[in-house]
Parts: sequence; structure tokens; C-alpha cells
Amino acid sequence: MLLGPSLALSAVLFAIGVAGVLIRRNAIVLFMCIELMLNAVNLTFIALAQVHGMSGQIMVFFVMTVAAAEAAVGLAIILAIFRHTQTVDLTQLNLLKG
Amino acid sequence: MTDLIWLAVALPLLGAILNGAIAVARPTWKSAVSFIGVGTLVAAFAVAVMVALEAARGDGAATTVHLWRWMPVTERLNIDLALVVDRLSVVMLLVITGVGSLIHLFSVGYMRADAGYARYFAYLNLFVAFMLVLVLGASLPVSFIGWEGVGLCSYLLIGFWFDDKANADAGKKAFLANRIGDFGVLIAMFMLWWHVGTLDFGAIAERAPALLPLGGTVVTAITLFLFLGCTGKSAQIPLFVWLPDAMAGPTPVSALIHAATMVTAGVFLVVRMGVLFTMSPVTQLVVTLTGALTAFLAATIALRQYDIKKVLAYSTVSQLGYMFIGVGTGAYTAGIFHLVTHAFFKALLFLGAGSVIHAMHHAQHAAHSELDGQDMRNMGGLRRAMPWTFLLMGLATLAIAGVPPFAGFFSKDEILAAAFARGEVSPVYLASWALGLAAALMTAFYMARLMAMTFMGRFRGGDAMQPHLHDAPWIMTGPLVVLGILSVTGGGLNLPAFAGGSHFLEHWLEPVLRPVTALAMPLAHPHGMTEFLLLGGAIAAAVIGLAAGIRLTLARPVALPADQPPERGLARLLAAKYHIDEIYDFLVVRPLMWFSTRVLWKGIDQFIVDRIAVGGIARVTQGLGWLGSRLQNGQVAFYVAMFAVGAVIILRTLAR
Amino acid sequence: MDVVTLVFGVFALWAVVSALVCVTRRSPISSAMWLVSTMFALAGIYVLLNAEFIAAIQVLVYAGAVMVLFLFVIMLLNVDAEIGPMRRSYGWVVGVGAALVLGAQLLVMRGYSVQRLADEISTMPLGVDPSLVFPEGAAARAATASRGVVGGIAEPLFQAYLIPFEITSVLLLAAAIGAVVLAKKRL
Repeated sequence: MLLGPSLALSAVLFAIGVAGVLIRRNAIVLFMCIELMLNAVNLTFIALAQVHGMSGQIMVFFVMTVAAAEAAVGLAIILAIFRHTQTVDLTQLNLLKG
Repeated sequence: MTDLIWLAVALPLLGAILNGAIAVARPTWKSAVSFIGVGTLVAAFAVAVMVALEAARGDGAATTVHLWRWMPVTERLNIDLALVVDRLSVVMLLVITGVGSLIHLFSVGYMRADAGYARYFAYLNLFVAFMLVLVLGASLPVSFIGWEGVGLCSYLLIGFWFDDKANADAGKKAFLANRIGDFGVLIAMFMLWWHVGTLDFGAIAERAPALLPLGGTVVTAITLFLFLGCTGKSAQIPLFVWLPDAMAGPTPVSALIHAATMVTAGVFLVVRMGVLFTMSPVTQLVVTLTGALTAFLAATIALRQYDIKKVLAYSTVSQLGYMFIGVGTGAYTAGIFHLVTHAFFKALLFLGAGSVIHAMHHAQHAAHSELDGQDMRNMGGLRRAMPWTFLLMGLATLAIAGVPPFAGFFSKDEILAAAFARGEVSPVYLASWALGLAAALMTAFYMARLMAMTFMGRFRGGDAMQPHLHDAPWIMTGPLVVLGILSVTGGGLNLPAFAGGSHFLEHWLEPVLRPVTALAMPLAHPHGMTEFLLLGGAIAAAVIGLAAGIRLTLARPVALPADQPPERGLARLLAAKYHIDEIYDFLVVRPLMWFSTRVLWKGIDQFIVDRIAVGGIARVTQGLGWLGSRLQNGQVAFYVAMFAVGAVIILRTLAR
Repeated sequence: MDVVTLVFGVFALWAVVSALVCVTRRSPISSAMWLVSTMFALAGIYVLLNAEFIAAIQVLVYAGAVMVLFLFVIMLLNVDAEIGPMRRSYGWVVGVGAALVLGAQLLVMRGYSVQRLADEISTMPLGVDPSLVFPEGAAARAATASRGVVGGIAEPLFQAYLIPFEITSVLLLAAAIGAVVLAKKRL
């Protein structure tokens, strides 16, 4: 079944994704880190689907769909921002600063 | 008919509302204002007469008219808006609506040229409505509505010409002095509720003798607090200082509010609460002594005043003192009797003074003179120009001085006799009698002085003004004539036995005062030789005072205000009104101002409230906001880091 | 150690190394390529975990379509490799620290087996038969055995999850329109 090792691997991948989000400043790479975290979660779903039935796999299916949609919209936003500011460096984008 | 008593209140109130609306929307509709203002009062008087006739037919039992439930507080305390018609309130009702109607009529002539005509009548009608609530109220809270309401109207009318700061200040002074008294009434109400459990006049009279020990601390405290209210409303020591200043208002207002009706509310309240006052000998002493001292002190001040209205104002204070001697000695009928006759002759005197001022004002206007139209030193010899006014004011002077058979003689004599009779209980009453007699002498003196300075001798206002002086039009003189007749015959209300009378008022009020007479020890009225000696003394005081007043005033030519030699000694002290205003200023106003400015304003409000509380909260919020804005650095990664920290904390909490 | 566990270990190592390299590369292109590598490793693990269909989709859709989109945008924008430090120094510390704490906390799941899961969930005494606690797992295995890999996942997808499935199609449509609107220079 490999339940424990799979969950552990998922935790490690998720942590790597979080670290990536926290330390990278390129918006596109940030996005890829988020995809990495999504993949880690997917792994959890799959691992537990062995125990709980098909619902887990179907959920992964939905996550992929949403991830695809998110990637499309997110990348379009990055494109628009880049067109506006000529950069994807998030440290330069601080319009939300209080 | 008695059930329709609410009409007597509602009619002037309606008049006030209509006139108020006119004052706001169409201030120039003076005819409509006169019609509404006088009409509602006359209609209220008609209601009063019919109610009085019905009361005269009945056995004197009080009828309470419940209008609606006003304050359902607890099961034990339910205050209805109820009016009580008994023989006491009927007397007051007749005086207020009757004298009120006459004064309203007079005002039509007196105030015609004033721009605030509609506003004036709105206030005046409102005053009458509140005054009727005061006397008709069946319980203390209901009467208190009227009590406060007349104070408000008094304030509004004293400061009627508020563009002059002195007038507005006089209004404020009256209001504040009254507030001190009102505080006393409120405290008394609370104590009554606590100790007697009711605020209804009838129920208080029934239950108080059983619940409260006779002469005990509680009843003494209650009555003293009530009397504090009376000193405010009825201008007695120590709160009398507002009444002379209240002369800043239009003269008919002085006649109606500050002579005939409102200022007598204190006397009325003492009579209403007669049972309580009778139960406390200490309070009775205090009331009598206060009344006597006020009567004496005010009379002395009146001796050296030159403003015609100021003389009358101090005279009013003095006469109110007499009424309190009456009700203080337990001679409630005498107090009410003097209240009624005083309403007649003092209203007449004020309206007469109003006519004089009116004439002076018009003459000044015609002659472009800048004289003070109220200063008696600028008058003189007016009897030729204003014969009717002279005649009527002369009658009123005889009445107030206590010359038989005019009204004031009988009422004043009855009060002094009662004080003398109580002299066997405590020498204080005897002293009060002596003070009252001295005040009677001075009353005659200053009234004679007023008449002599105003109407006799030669006119001192200059030749330019003289041809323009004349009697007021009949709409003003008419009410004076009616009041003159009442001043002459008013004594018939309670004519004593020696004059062939039957003590009508005493019998009339007997059902109302029955609970009081049941408590009080019988008052031994002086008889035979003593009675005639007292009468002789009173008449002698009146005659000597009058003669001396005229002789001394006319002995030397009256100096014009500008040529007035500086006064010395006692005269100076009297002219300065014993410096009481200055003493109050030094003892009360200045410390209060200092405390308010330094401690309350600068200390508590500006420093503690503004700086520390308000400013401190603002600073703390600002600091927190600064910290919060540091978090909002616009770096998405930072937000994610915070998010991760949050996730860690949540995981930490969930996975124990 | 059986062969499955051995293969799992290889794939796991592959995934972790690829992910680490992906996160630490300066060039976005190489980051993307290493992410693709991670996804391949995960696809392998999916097969080991009896999710063959998802493994196929992972390769086709994720590693294929989505990552190509990423590469496409990177090349379109012509983003250079980051110059200078990727983060300010304390950003490193905070990021790595938070990730380590988070990972350490999540690693408690390492100890889970089917038996322990069943023990924790069921109210019955310890050592209960997991197939009694989780009947759906056995049912799913039976369905896969009888209908094949695709048939086993298709049946719930088009019956129990039909409405969410249709909603995802609307979501995708909205995302497509949104992407066009956002990326177009002017409408």
C-alpha cells in the first residue's frame, strides 16, 4: 500500500514548494512552486484513494482541471503585468504596500 | 362640565401652537394673532367660570379627571396624567385665566408695534397653559410639568428682546435660580415616593400623617426641599435675586408672570402640600421667617430704587414674603387670599407702569429723546397727561399699602394677625409679625414715593416730550379699569366679621384644607381689644407710610439721573441692593467659574478626557495602525510567509 | 524490502531531487524542466499506487499541456535568469525555516499505515480488519478488476460526480475567456 511513505513524500514535496514560494521572486517560478504544492497534495489524494475508494482519484482529476484553469488565468495576468511594468520580479511589484 | 377641564389647558396650548406657527410662517398677521391669543384665553376663562359654578354647587369634594396613563413604572407607582378640580385649583384657575385674559388684552395694545408680536403671544399662551397644568395637576409629577414649563416660558419672555445681552442674561439668571429650586422639588419628590409611596396630592394628604412621624426629620426634610423649590419659583431669600432682573421682559409679562401668577406658584405649592408643612413645625418656622425677612429686606431695597419696574419688582418680592408668612403660620386661607388680591393690584400696578412706559416711549420717539423711559426721575406730573392711569394706579397703591377698605388691607391684615396669634408658640412668629408690620410701613412709603415721583410735581423729561404724553388707548386702559374694580372690591372675597363679612374664601377653601385643620392646633384669632389694636397699627402704618412717602418725596425737587448727588450710608447700601448680586457673584459665581474653568474644563475635559482618553485612544490606534501598515508591505511573498506561519500554528493546534 | 518499495524509493528520490533543483535554479526554463521531471517521477509513483489513469493524465495534461504553457509564457516574455541573490538574506532564512517547520509537522504522516488509520477511525478495539472499516477501497479494487482502469474511474465520475464535472467545464471555459481578455493588448 505504501501509505506512510507516500504521505511523507507528499509532505516533503509540499515543504519544498512552500520554500520555493517563499524564497523565489520570479512570478513564473512562484507559479511553478504552487504547481509543485498542488502535486504534493495530489499525491496525498492518490495514496489515500487506495483506502477510501475512487473519490480521491476523481478529486485529483478536478485539481488538475482547476490547476490548468489557474495556470491559464495566472499566466495571462503575469503577461498583463509584464506588459505594464516590464518585470515579473515580485519585489518590484508592491502596489499593495500599506 | 368638570370633565371638560382639560379644555382650559388645551385652549391656551392650541393658541400657543397656532401663534407659534404664525410666528414662524407669517409674523405680520397681527390681527389673527390677537384674535387667537386673546380668544383662547377668554374661552379658557369661560371654561373656568363654568367649572367654578359647578364647584360652587357641589359639596367641595375634589374631582380628579384622568386623561391618560402617563408613567406606568411599577405596580405601586403608576402616574396618570390627571387634573384635579377642587376649590383651591378653581380659585387659581379663575385668577390665572381672568387676570391672564386682561393682561393678554392689554398686550394687544402694548406690543402692537413689536416685530415679535406673534412670538410674544405664542409664549404668553404657552405660559398660561403650563400655569394651568401646574395648578390643576393631580400629582406632583404632573404639576412639575407645569412648574418647569412656566420656568421655561418665564425664561423665554424675560429674554424676549434677546438682541440685548442684558436681557438674555437676565433670562438665564432666572432660569438658573429656578433650577436650584427645581432640584429641591425633585429631591422632595423622590423622598416622598420613598417614604410615602405615592406622589398623588390627595393620597399624600391621606397617608402622610399615618406614615410619617409628626415633626420628624423626614417630613421636615421633604418640606424644606419643597420650600427650596418655592424660594426659587416665588423669589424668596436666598433665590430672590432673579426677579428684579426679570423686569427686562415686556411689562405685561412682568404683570402676568412675575407678579400675578407664576411667582405665586410657590405659595400654591405650600398650600397644596399643607398637610406636610403642618406636620413639620420647624419648616413652618423657616417658611415664616424666610417670608418675613424677604418681605422686610425687599421693601427696604424698594425704598431707594428709581426704575419704576424695579420698585414694583421688589414690591412683588416683598408681597410674596407676606404670602409665605401667611402659609408659614398655617393661615393657608390668608395666604391664598393675599395671593388673589395681590394678583389684582400688582397686575394693575404693572400694567399701569406699562402704560406710563408706553407713553414715555412714544413721547421719546416723537421728541427724539434719549432719556431712560423707565427712570422715575425723568417722569413727574404725569397725572395731568394720564388721568386714568393716575386714578387706577392710585387705587392700586391704596390697595397694596393696606388702606381700608381696599383689597390689600384685609388680606395683609389677616396674615399679620395670624402671625401675631402664633406668637404664643414661638417668638419667631412675633418677630415675623413685627418685620411684616415694618414692611407694611415701608410698602406704603415706597408706593407713595413711586406715585409722587411719577405723577406729581412737574414733568422733568423736558418740554419737547410733554405734549406727546397721553393715556394709553382703551384696549390697554380697559383691562386696567377691570383690575381697578377688582383691587377695590377684592377684599370682599374674605371679608372678616368685624367688617360685616362672612369669611367667604375661608368657607370656600374649607373642604380642601380639612385634612390640614385636622392636624393643626386651632389658631386663636385675636379678638376684641387686641384685634382692634392690630388693625389700628396696620392702618396707622399704611397712612403714616403714605403721608411720609408723599411729603418726603415732594419736599425737595427730584434730581435728574445726571444730577443725582452720590448717596451715602444706608441709602447707598439700599440703592446697591445690599450688594447681594455682588456677594453671590463672589461666593458662588466666581468659585464656580474658577472650578469649571480650571478643574472641569482645563483639567478634566481638556487634559483627562481630550488629551489622555480621546488623544490616548487615537495614539494607541495610530500605533496599532502603524504596526499593521508595516505588515502590509506589498510583498506577496511576505503575505505567503505569514500564511505559512498561520498554517504552522493551525497544524500545531490541531495535531496535538 | 520488496521490489515495489525499492522502485518507490527510486521514484521518491527522483521527485525530491528534481523538486529541490527546480526550486533552486536561477533560470526559469531549467526550473520548468526540472518541474516536469518531478511530475514524471510522481506519475511513476501514481502507477505504484494503483492510479494508472491519473498517472497517464499527469503526464499528458500536467507535464504536457500545463508545463508547455509555462514554457511558452517564459519564452514569450524572454525572462532572463535572475541576477543577484534570489532573495534578500532574511527571506531565505524565513522561507526555508517556515518550510522546514511545516514539513517537519507534516512528516508525522510518515508513520501512517492502513491498519493505524483504521484503528484511529473506527470505534472498535485495536487490530480491526481495515477492509471492514474502509469498504470503499475494496469495492474500488473490485471495480478496477472487473471494468478496467478507465472504467473504474469513469463510473463514479459520470454518475456521482457528474455535476461537479460539468461545472469544471464551465470553469475551464471561463478561464479560457479570462485568459484571452487579460492577455490581449486591447479588445
